[in-house]
Order: sequence, then C-alpha cells, then structure tokens
Amino acid sequence: MTSSGLRARIDVPGRLAADVEAGPGEVLAVIGPNGAGKTTLLTALAGLVEMSGSVEVGGRSWTHPPLPVRERRVGWVVQGQALFPHLSARENVAFGLRARGARRGEAADRAQAWLDRLGVGALAGRRPGALSGGQAQRVTIARALVTEPDLLLLDEPFSGLDVGVAATLRIELAKHLADFAGVTLMVTHDALDALTLAQRVVVLDDGRVAQTGTPSDVAAHPRTDHVARLVGLNVLSGPDGFTAFRPQDVTVSTARPEGSARLRWRGRVGGLTPHGDAVRVQVDTREAAGTDLLADVTPEAAAELRLAPGVEVWLTVKATAVRAYGGDRAGSHDGP
Amino acid sequence: MTRGLGRPPLLLLVPAGIGLTLLLVPLVSLLVVTPWARLPQLVASEEVLDALRLTGLASLSTVVLCLLIGTPLAWVLARVEFRGRSLARALVTVPLVLPPVVAGVALVSALGRSGVVGSVLRDATGVVIPYTTPAVVIAHTFVAMPFYVLSVEGALRASGERYDAVAATLGASRWTTFRRVTLPLAMPGVVAGAVLAWARSLGEFGATVTFAGNYQGITQTMPSLIYQTLQNDRETAQTLSIILLGVSVAVLALLRNRWLSAGAGTAGAGR
Repeated sequence: MTSSGLRARIDVPGRLAADVEAGPGEVLAVIGPNGAGKTTLLTALAGLVEMSGSVEVGGRSWTHPPLPVRERRVGWVVQGQALFPHLSARENVAFGLRARGARRGEAADRAQAWLDRLGVGALAGRRPGALSGGQAQRVTIARALVTEPDLLLLDEPFSGLDVGVAATLRIELAKHLADFAGVTLMVTHDALDALTLAQRVVVLDDGRVAQTGTPSDVAAHPRTDHVARLVGLNVLSGPDGFTAFRPQDVTVSTARPEGSARLRWRGRVGGLTPHGDAVRVQVDTREAAGTDLLADVTPEAAAELRLAPGVEVWLTVKATAVRAYGGDRAGSHDGP
Repeated sequence: MTRGLGRPPLLLLVPAGIGLTLLLVPLVSLLVVTPWARLPQLVASEEVLDALRLTGLASLSTVVLCLLIGTPLAWVLARVEFRGRSLARALVTVPLVLPPVVAGVALVSALGRSGVVGSVLRDATGVVIPYTTPAVVIAHTFVAMPFYVLSVEGALRASGERYDAVAATLGASRWTTFRRVTLPLAMPGVVAGAVLAWARSLGEFGATVTFAGNYQGITQTMPSLIYQTLQNDRETAQTLSIILLGVSVAVLALLRNRWLSAGAGTAGAGR
C-alpha cells in the first residue's frame, strides 16, 4: 500500500481545534492536561464524534465523503478495559476479522497468532474477567493490530497497570510499533511514554496544539505548564518567550536575598515531597511569577529553614542557570 | 452481619414483621384451607385442562412477542436519539400503572368490532379480534411488555455504548454489533424481563376479561376460571388457585437456579 500517513484538520466546537500530521510508520505522542482535547482528538479521528475539517489517512479521505466508523481502518486501544466481557480473548481478537468477513477458522488462527506474539497465547480461551490488567491490555493491543489498521489510536495504553507491568509492556509495544506500517497516535500522561515510544510529540492545551516537536526538544523547551510539570522544569512565559530552569538551580531563603529582581520571587510553600536525595518544594508564586515554582533543597536545608506548608519564602535562580527560548511564540499560548 | 452495631431498633422491626405477616398469612391460609384430596380429580377436569393449556399458550406467546418486538423497542429507546424519545419512554411505562380494566377498555376502543382500528380491519379483511385467543395474547402483551422493555432498556443502558463504539472501530455493522455484542451483554436483563412479562401474563385477568371475554377453551385462562368458580364454589376456586400458585413458584424457582443467578454472575464479571 502506498501510504502517505495522516493529515488531519479537526474542529470539534468548544472542545478541539487542531491540525495533526504524521508520516507513515510514525508514532505521535499526544500529551496535555485533562480536558485539553486528547481523547476528543482520537475519537474524532475514529469518527465517533461530530467534527468539521478533514481527515486523510494513507492518501484516502475519511471525511469527504464522511466514512462511517466501521469503514475507517483504525485500531483502537481504549483507556481501561474495553474487551468484550462475554467473549474469550481469542474471540475478542477475532471479532474484527469476523466482522470484516473472515471465516471462523481463519479468524481464530490469525487471532491466536497475534495473541502468541504478545505473549498471551496460552490465555486465548479465557474471558477478560479472568485476565490481569496487563494481560487484558495485551489482548486489547492484539485486537487492535490484528486487523492491520492504517491508524492506530492508543488512549493511555499503560494507565491502571502496575509499574513493572507497564514497563515490560512499554518495551514490547515499542517493538510492535517499529514493525507497524501505519500511523500511531498515543495519548499519554507519562513523559516516559513520549520519550521512549514516540518520534514526535503533540502538546495539546485547552483544545489547541500548543507545541509540536521531537520528544527531547519538547522536554527541553516546554511551552506549557503541563509539560514543564511532566519533565520537572520551571517554565515562565514572558513577552519575549519562555525561560526555563531546573528545580535544583533554585535557592530557597526566608530572608529577602540580594540580586536581580527579575530572577527573584516571593511565595508561600505549598507542599514538600521527597525527590531522590533531595526535598522538592512546591512554592505558590502565582502572584510573583504567574505560576507555581519548584525548588530542590537538601533535607538539612529544609529542616534548617523550617520549611512547611504556608511558610513564606524567597526563591532565586542564577542567570547562568536560566535558558531562554521561543521568542517567536508561534501563537502557541493564545488560547481561545 | 456486622456485629457490634447494637440491636435492630423496634421502630424498624415491628413494621417489618407486620409486612411479612401481611404477605404470608393469605398464602398460608390458602394452603391450609385447600381440599387437597380433590386436587387430582380437579386437574383432570376438561375445564381446568383447557384453562391451563390456554394460560400456558398465552403466557408463552406473550414472552415470544415481547422478545420479538420488545427487544427492538428497548434497543431503539436506549440507543437511537430521536425527537420525542423521552415521551416514547414515558408512554411505554403507562400500561404499568394503568388499571387492567382500563387497559381492556382501551383495547376494545382500538381493536373492538367497531373500534378505531378494529372496524377498518373488519371491513378490509373480515378479521374480528375480540373474544378470540389472539385477543387474549394481545391483551397479555399489552400489559406485560412494559415490564420487559424497561428491564431490557435498563440492561442496554447499563452495558453502555462503549462496547458498541469498540465494535464499530473493529468494522462491525450495527446489526452485527447488536447480535454479537449488545444483546449478549444485555442477556441478564432480557431473561429478567422475560420472567417478569411471563409472570404478569400468568396472572393477567382484568384486561383479558374485558377485551377477550371468558369462554372455555377459547379465552378462559386460569385467573378467569378461578374468578368464575369463586362465585359459586369457593373450595374449587381455592384448589385452582393452588395449582396456579404452584406453577408460578415452580417456574420461578427453576429460572432462578438456571438463569437468574447465573445471568447476574456473568453481568458482574463483565464490570
């Protein structure tokens, strides 16, 4: 098949207005806070919500004329369990083949082969209720891939799984995605997913695309609070673009420090959490900086400064530790 | 039972006892006064056999009709958005609260010899519905279908459209989805609704007598026969009641073991 990937311009009034493009075989991570429109993007591509705009997959338009859901070649891995509870794992995977006209025996054979590839072949006869979360998710992935879709939609594929299970599955999924010829869109809350599985990241914020780029570029130069939080960076947006600095470069003091007023903020301690060997202090500096800031201090310093929620502190950062970028702004922060 | 919460309060225990008594005393009385010795002879009488046969036929036909037209109706109410859907849903429940006699009168007005639909039907085809066995089935279906539709619609809504959406992304048509996903998932509701409809049909009296009359072998079901017998022979009426009670309890018990608990178990595992 001559595939030219995905080209979509999606407008779901009040929820999402986004342009998304991806080449064949490319894995696109979609990240953003709750309510940013991530799931809406996937359901719109699948044809499950009313939208205007256009979707083109593999050189074929899905919107002009509009294709019903069942004629779009999508594989859909939904958040949580969406396996048919009354069918066995094998019947679940065979369902899409049967619905598209494959004979019973052939469908069962191909389903079994995919279950084997995902390491759950021995569980083919079990119903979803008798599978663990990780096993069920493997079956769901097999069910999505067995129909050889042009567009694979993964909605938080590892959410609700134990950390270890998620880690193993992530590695395996990466293998299968490398063999997959179609386009993959993966909604995730986890920076690790984006960094390990995706070639490109689309950051959604408030129903708009706030940023696109390679995972490392987005992680180094976040343009939204959400991504800044995900990668653990302090990011301030100003008229000239963004400035970013790491929590470990922030100094915390209880007395007003000397130095440039531009890199000095007053605020109240919101919370303290252990972070590696350090204590990560979240400071409510919304008045001074427009957003909360993070600072890493040693446990000794935290005790000495008597840091506790509500305590008033000053934060400073050296100019040499600050990176500035994104002077063009790219219209990225102009929300609706 | 959680211990250590203290004694159940009398304010709840006393009314509960009264409620239980109210439900049990009539049934126990019926068992006590029934002339059991006459039972075999009565069951073998032609009148009773006719009524039993007709009751069985009518209640089974009612269940089949509910399955054939009630299931699609429940699906449309649960899955298709259209203007007046909430009105349609409300109308479906009307026969639930309608006094059966009123239901009978309404059926006469519609399908009676000179009714709105009945007169047209008679002029066109010569078919007359009232006072026939089909009239019994129609009356039973009219009063029993709401129970079925509500139960199935509830099950369809509970299983949600999520699985329908998944099936669609897998390439399934709506009919395939209905057949292979929606209906199997709603099966506990279908079984429960069928049992409810069947039980309602078994005891149906008012609408049937009003619309279909009380003719032995044609429209006389067990409840009609019991009512007729009670006028001049109370003992026989009591014995007949025991038969009907026995039949319904036996079938319910059978279904409970075979279907209801198993069905509920499947639904639970699906969550």
